[in-house]
Amino acid sequence: MQPGLYHILFISAALFFIGVYGFFTRRNLITMLMSIELILNSVNLNFIAFNKYLWPEKMDGLFFTVFIIAIAAAEAAVAIAIIINLYRSHHSIDVEQAEELKN
Amino acid sequence: MLTGSVIIFYLLAALTLACGVLSVTTRHIFRAAIYLLFSLIGIAGIYFWLQYEFIAAVQIVVYAGGIAVLIIFSIFLTQQAGNKLPAQTNQRKIFALLAAFCGFALTMLQVYQHEFYLSAFPTGSVSIHAIGEQMLNVDQSGYALPFEVISMLLLAAMIGCIVIALRIKNQTEENPPVTGNSES
Repeated sequence: MQPGLYHILFISAALFFIGVYGFFTRRNLITMLMSIELILNSVNLNFIAFNKYLWPEKMDGLFFTVFIIAIAAAEAAVAIAIIINLYRSHHSIDVEQAEELKN
Repeated sequence: MLTGSVIIFYLLAALTLACGVLSVTTRHIFRAAIYLLFSLIGIAGIYFWLQYEFIAAVQIVVYAGGIAVLIIFSIFLTQQAGNKLPAQTNQRKIFALLAAFCGFALTMLQVYQHEFYLSAFPTGSVSIHAIGEQMLNVDQSGYALPFEVISMLLLAAMIGCIVIALRIKNQTEENPPVTGNSES
């Protein structure tokens, strides 16, 4: 079967919910960050697929993807800075250990 | 019909999804990062397959080259190598799987019921020239303003990272630290 829009939407939805599963089950901050990266990638794939198959004469989906990639890079850098700072003060990056704001 | 292009698409899809699943299920954190890297490379391959070479190149440079390396370095800084992550409780796994599967089923149901108006003329690759011209265009269809906003955001994120991860060493009584969020 010739792959088309629906195939790419299937991949994208599957990748999104793989990321959601990882985000629910993982308790380590770095692995949760990896799950978020998977989710963002599935969104990018969706934008590109819609741009390619529905509006091929425009380039808006492409620009959205470029901007999402830039924001994801900034987000990952800030998140890793926070994780390293948390590791310095708590010697652990498990989310169950970081509960100082709880009371 | 099973042409080379179709086979390549299915191989890339299988690589992406299999590495994604392994990345969120393996208990070795370093292997999880490597599987994530291969999943991102698979997505870049799908962009190549869709003939969006510019996005594929950006994906490889930023994700495979930047974010994956950043994650691997932070693993080296915060984990003892070779240690396994603690196992999750079965209850949490089951509920997460249930939530993910129900969401996936609902989404795919919506997608297959929806009638997309596919364009009759899917074009080939987009030229870099056209991308650059529209990105820095100040007309109604241009993206000059978001481009500038993103550049400010990247600058702010860079400064923010330095401030957060800064370790203040010579901390004396007469020179208290000015930043409030560094606890060292």
